[in-house]
Amino acid sequence: MKVSLDQDRCVASGQCVVAAPEVFDQRDEDGIAVLITATPGTSDEEDVRHATAVCPALAIHIVE
Amino acid sequence: MIETTSSASAELPLFPMPRASGCPFDPPPPLLERQQEGPFTRVSLWDGSTPWLVTRYAEQRALMADPRVSADITRPGYPSSAPVPPQGNTIGFILMDDPEHARLRRMVTAPFAIKRVEAMRPRVRQIVNELVDELLSGPKPVDLVEAFALPVPSLVICELLGVPYADHDFFQENSKTIINRDVTQEQRLVAHGRLAEYLDSLVAEKSRRPKDDLLSQLAERVLAGELTRLEAAQMGVLLLIAGHETTANMIALGTLALLRHPDQLAALRETDDPRLIAGAVEELLRYLHITHSGRRRVALEDIEIAGETIRAGEGLIFANDIGNRDPLAFPEHPDQLDIHRDARHHVAFGFGVHQCLGQPLARLELHIVYGTLYRRIPTLRLAAELDDIPFKHDGSVYGVYELPVTW
Ligand code: SF4
Repeated sequence: MKVSLDQDRCVASGQCVVAAPEVFDQRDEDGIAVLITATPGTSDEEDVRHATAVCPALAIHIVE
Repeated sequence: MIETTSSASAELPLFPMPRASGCPFDPPPPLLERQQEGPFTRVSLWDGSTPWLVTRYAEQRALMADPRVSADITRPGYPSSAPVPPQGNTIGFILMDDPEHARLRRMVTAPFAIKRVEAMRPRVRQIVNELVDELLSGPKPVDLVEAFALPVPSLVICELLGVPYADHDFFQENSKTIINRDVTQEQRLVAHGRLAEYLDSLVAEKSRRPKDDLLSQLAERVLAGELTRLEAAQMGVLLLIAGHETTANMIALGTLALLRHPDQLAALRETDDPRLIAGAVEELLRYLHITHSGRRRVALEDIEIAGETIRAGEGLIFANDIGNRDPLAFPEHPDQLDIHRDARHHVAFGFGVHQCLGQPLARLELHIVYGTLYRRIPTLRLAAELDDIPFKHDGSVYGVYELPVTW
C-alpha cells in the first residue's frame, strides 16, 4: 500500500493521527498532517483505510 | 422536482421545525418522515426561499466535502437563518471559502492538534475534579448547567485563548444573545460588537505583554502584518462562543439523556475501559446532535447526485441531526441510545473542510466529564419533572437552560 496526503486540503483535524498514529503526525506550527511513512506495513493498512474514510477534507488517498 | 414559486413555498414546511413535545432527544418527527422518502426535499425559510434539505447521511457527507459547494454567506442563494448584515465584520472563517478560509483557519489550528490537546488532559481533569468537589460541598439541589456544565468548557477555552475567566458573566451573556434565534438582528449585532471590542482590547494588551496563549499568537501575527486586528478579534469571538456553548450543552443534555436511560448510565459508570467511555462520547454526540438548525451552504455549479440535480445558486441545508439517525448509516435502531455502538462516523461535527475545529478538545472534555461525574456522584438524579425542564427550542444550539439535580 502507498499513501498520499494533500497538505493543501488538510484542515488539521487530526483524525488521521487518531486512526493511524504509526502513519500520520501533525506539524507543530499549524497541525497540518504529515506522513511518517508513505508505505505503511500490512499491520497498519486497516488503520490507514479508516483514516482515509474519516478525513473530513478528503486529503488522504491510497494508491494501491 | 418541486417548483420554487411562492405558492409552492407556502405549502412547504417551514425550517427549522419544532420538536415533538415530551420527547427532548429526538429530532422533529416530520424531518425523519422526509428522510424515508429520499435524500433530498425542499423546505421554506423565514424569507420565503426554498432551499434543498439534505436528509440522508451519505449525501450529506458527499456534498459537505464537495468543492462545488460554498459556505460563503454573502453569495446569492445562501440559505441564511437571518438577514445577512451588510458589513462583513461579523463574518468568521466558518462562513468563507478557501483560500481565505484556509488562511485564517490555519492560524488557529495548532493548539487543536491531537498531541497538544492530549497534553491538556491533566489540566482538564483537574478543572473537572475541582468543580465536582465544589458541587459535593455546596448546597443541593443545584443547577448543573450553572455549576458545572458551563464552567468546564468555559474555563478550558479561556485558558487556551488567554481570556480572563473573571469576565465570564459578560461574555456568556453576549454569546447567549448571538446564538438566540428569537432576538432581533439589531440585538445580535450589538452583542457581537461588544464581544469584538472586548477581544480587540485583549489582543492589543497581548501584543504589549504576550503570554503562552492563542490570543498572544494572534497578536504576534497582527504585529507581523499577517492579520488585521479586526480579523484577530473576530477569530477570538468565534472561538470563545464555539468553545463553550456547544460542549456545555453536550454535558447537560448528555447527563439528562443518561439519567433517562439508567441501564446506559450504569454501564458507563461501572466501566474502567477508556474505549467504552470514548464510545459513549461518540454515541451521545450522534444521538443528541445539539446543532439542530442545520449546516448551510450554496451550490456553485450544477451537481448531479443520487438522481437529483442541484442547480448552481441553490441553497443547501444539511440536517445533520437526522443524518445521524439515518438507518442506512446506523443500521441498529438508530433512534436508540446505545453506548456500545460504533458511532464514530457520525456527522455531529460536520464534514468537509469546515468540520469543527475544536472537535479534539470537545472530545477530550466530554471523555473526562462522562468518565468522572457519574462515578464521583453515583446517586446523581434529577430534582425536577421532565416537563419542568426548560429546553432551548429557540437557539441555534439545542440543550437545556437549566438542569436541577441532586444526589
Ligand atoms: S484527517 Fe485529514 S484533515 Fe484531518 S489532519 Fe488528517 S489529513 Fe488533515
